Amino acid sequence: MKHKTKITGLMAAMLLTTASFAQAETLRLLTWGSYAPEELVQKFEERYPDIDVEVTFSNNEEMIAKLRATGGAGFDLAQPSHDRIHAAQMEYDIYKPLDLSKIDTSVMEASHLEGVKANTTIDGEVYAVPHQWGTSGLMANKAVAPDFKGWGDLCDPQYQGKTSMRLKRTILLGTAFSMGHDPFAAYSDLDKYQQILDEVAEKLIECKANIKAYWKGGDDLSAMMLSGEIVASETWDSTAYKLYGQNKDIVFVPPATGALAWIDTFALPRKGKADDAAYKWINFVLEPENVTIMSGSTGAIAAVKGGLELLPEDKRNAVTAAFTDADIANLKFFANIPAGVEDMEGKTLEKIKAATGG
Amino acid sequence: MQSDIKRLSLILLFAPFALWIALLIILPHMGMVVLSLREKVAPRVYEFGFGNYIDFINEPIYWNTLLRTGSMSILVTFLALLIGFPIAYYIAKIAGKRSRGALFLLCLIPLWVSDLIRAFGWILLLRETGVISTFLIRIGLIDQPIEFLYNDITVVIGLVYTVILFMIVPLVSTLDGMDNAMIEAGYNLGGNGFTVLRRIIVPYAMPGIVSGCIVVFMMTAGSYLTPILLGGKNSSWFTEQIYDQFITRFNWESGAAFGFLLLAFTSVVVWIGLRLTGQTLANTVAKS
Amino acid sequence: MNTATLTDSALETAYDLECSNIHKSFGSVRAVDDVSFTIPKGSFFSILGPSGCGKTTLMRMIAGFEDPTSGDIQIKGKSVLNTPPNKRNVKMVFQHLALFPMMNVYENIAYGLRCVGTDKAEIDRKVKDVLDRIALPDVANREIHQLSGGQKQRIAIARCMVMDPDVLLLDEPLGALDLKLREAMKIELKLLQHQFNTTFIYITHDQSEALVMSDHVAIMNEGRFEQIGRPEDLYHNPQTSFVAGFVGDSNRWAGRVVAEDASGFRLETDAGLVMTSVRAVGQRISAGQNVSIFVRPEFIKARKTSTPSADGGENSLQGRVDSVLFNGANSRVLVRGPVGELIEADVVVTGGADDLRAGDDVTLEWSAAQTMCFAA
Repeated sequence: MKHKTKITGLMAAMLLTTASFAQAETLRLLTWGSYAPEELVQKFEERYPDIDVEVTFSNNEEMIAKLRATGGAGFDLAQPSHDRIHAAQMEYDIYKPLDLSKIDTSVMEASHLEGVKANTTIDGEVYAVPHQWGTSGLMANKAVAPDFKGWGDLCDPQYQGKTSMRLKRTILLGTAFSMGHDPFAAYSDLDKYQQILDEVAEKLIECKANIKAYWKGGDDLSAMMLSGEIVASETWDSTAYKLYGQNKDIVFVPPATGALAWIDTFALPRKGKADDAAYKWINFVLEPENVTIMSGSTGAIAAVKGGLELLPEDKRNAVTAAFTDADIANLKFFANIPAGVEDMEGKTLEKIKAATGG
Repeated sequence: MQSDIKRLSLILLFAPFALWIALLIILPHMGMVVLSLREKVAPRVYEFGFGNYIDFINEPIYWNTLLRTGSMSILVTFLALLIGFPIAYYIAKIAGKRSRGALFLLCLIPLWVSDLIRAFGWILLLRETGVISTFLIRIGLIDQPIEFLYNDITVVIGLVYTVILFMIVPLVSTLDGMDNAMIEAGYNLGGNGFTVLRRIIVPYAMPGIVSGCIVVFMMTAGSYLTPILLGGKNSSWFTEQIYDQFITRFNWESGAAFGFLLLAFTSVVVWIGLRLTGQTLANTVAKS
Repeated sequence: MNTATLTDSALETAYDLECSNIHKSFGSVRAVDDVSFTIPKGSFFSILGPSGCGKTTLMRMIAGFEDPTSGDIQIKGKSVLNTPPNKRNVKMVFQHLALFPMMNVYENIAYGLRCVGTDKAEIDRKVKDVLDRIALPDVANREIHQLSGGQKQRIAIARCMVMDPDVLLLDEPLGALDLKLREAMKIELKLLQHQFNTTFIYITHDQSEALVMSDHVAIMNEGRFEQIGRPEDLYHNPQTSFVAGFVGDSNRWAGRVVAEDASGFRLETDAGLVMTSVRAVGQRISAGQNVSIFVRPEFIKARKTSTPSADGGENSLQGRVDSVLFNGANSRVLVRGPVGELIEADVVVTGGADDLRAGDDVTLEWSAAQTMCFAA
């Protein structure tokens, strides 16, 4: 008898715990580092006490790899860039269509919203909406490199051993633009694109001797720039803004051919389990005061109406110091990456890395 | 009855180990092999074939990187042995009982922080505006800052530092088991220091040397962070290649093929090493 | 006896080893304290002492593994203090033999020859020769772990002897062997020493090993040599109470001298046993002094009190057999003496009716010459 009571007690306890699990919903975010500041997460959990937020930091490639491995399970909301959704969805079927009626799209900057929709619509279903946008471009220490203004200047011998870049696709595209090509237009003709890549590779291999080192992350880039070991580099805008806060000479330089612009989006993984919580998070972070907190953490501009004004003051100063209206008009938004391009670019990057240019 | 119980308990004891081997080692590797034999022909369409391996053979960049990784790993292994052996000998044979534990602990300390932190430590020391360069300018040895970072030598130093403990531990344990009288006998019979080292200490420690070398070689060839963070513009490492295939290029099939090739390559190197030294896995790795 | 005379005649002419006033301190511990001795050519010399007496340290100094704090070591008349161990022509058989397990028998023996650069044919010849001499001609290609304990022992000696050393040091090499094999090896070692005619210095704490094999034995205690002499001298004429107690079995009492005259002493143990002893040459004790008294069991005759007295001896005690310790030829009785203490005496147990049995009243007799006493 005693045993029996014990067992029933145990079962009751188990039922209770499962019940309490069922009550608290978990929102599993798969996003970029700094895209879920602790302050916002706490605020969100206060507003929705039944939702626990779990954050996994990642990047475009790893997001896709993680979701691919599970067929879209394990996360409830992902934030890939706008150009990385279409092909990934076609190839691996890792997202589910959005229910736009659950998202307050009225606050979003119309041009971004329409752009992202156009990029991510498959069979009439929309798979992503914009969250924040930013650019990749150049930064320079104006005190020592006042005339730095284009991608090609990274290879200028007067900055011998004093420049850096990240050996990823951004530099391929930027260099292509600086050589007078339009790589995005060539996406429709992959043979042409290969030609462009070959030219770019030749140029970058030649340029290798001019480069101090390829940077791998924001930290080593910042260290090289702040210490003066390099005077100019290819960069993410947010890194440049951060350095501007520490040294007013270091500014973001939109390349003459146009900064490359990306929009990070919201997308629902195919096997996500907390769609409602995900929609709540999307609407929550687009509220004006939350946008300021978010942008303060990420350094990126929210894709909402008046997103620039909602930046914290220091970041806003950095952006206005860097961009003129003409620069903004000249932004080159990353185009959807068609299947096969990643492989072509990957091979090109390998070729550059393996070449002994110095 | 008794024997049934014995057998049952044996099975129960053995089960976790067997499961561990099967689930964590055999299954994933089989998955890798299967994955590596798939060729992508169109989105979501795959065919069975050896295309990924043929790609590897046809692209010199790939096998050059593999050979480069292999030869640098052998160099790292050799240096780790060269530096680790005297340290191990000191710990096992010369240091007093009490300082021995402290020395061992000292060797362990680098393991307390992650690879990443250790690599950043080297970066702080070796960069152009780093500690060493600044110090050399300060004492007037050089007048221009020197960049020690971002080259193959730095990668080798960083790797040796990371793996040397795994050389020292098996060496200490074999040398510890060696009767001091053996060394004295070596001298007593007329051998000088070099003869004793070459004819007695090294042959005796051979199982430890080989097992340390195997572990260190495998770890080096499979390391990722250190070569990436310390390496220069030309320093490609094969694991980076695998990462790129898997992550940036979404090419799991070829990534799996590369992974399998790395495993095969390192296994062959180890096998050749065992052959050359006349050792077997059973009396080296299994022993220490 | 023959070899003893031989070595005696060589004694004046050549010493293989000469140690003079050797001291060795480890910190404040004096491991070896003013030891001097000479070893004539071709003799078997043992250093016998309890563990921790400094004998191993002494041997390691001779081999060159330790440096004496002061004093001199000469081999064949030349000081070797500044000679490193690998240049001394002193070879050593280690306690656990220290054969090289990664080499086979041939390689083990050839190792030393290779070190001195002997050419290959010569090595072949010498290895074969030494293996023949130790009567193991066929083991050259065996691995060490395939050998028996006794074979390993002989290989360890061969490995040293092939180098033709001036002195061979043996550091308790029989310690690890079982009893039967140890007995056999004692004889074998002695024979090998004869055969090679090399000076052996043998370290042991086992007196029977030292007594059986040696021409001369040094008894070592607390870093000092207590006495050096032939085994029978040490046994019959110990100079100190330590030697008397350490070498051979003894009944031992603490007592004092109650009277003395020209021929000897009258002694009384603390418990009240009274006995007489003969004055030995140079013995300096006098009445009233405290002494240690030793009588070896084999010199005590035990007879049933009921049987008539034979030619007993000056000393005589009454007692009762407490127990009989049967051990073949070495059988012994424990006798409860008149003041209640146990006295050991050797007896012959024939298995007949005359044998002593527990409870028998016995008379113990021994001669005054067999009572040894030393100042306590």
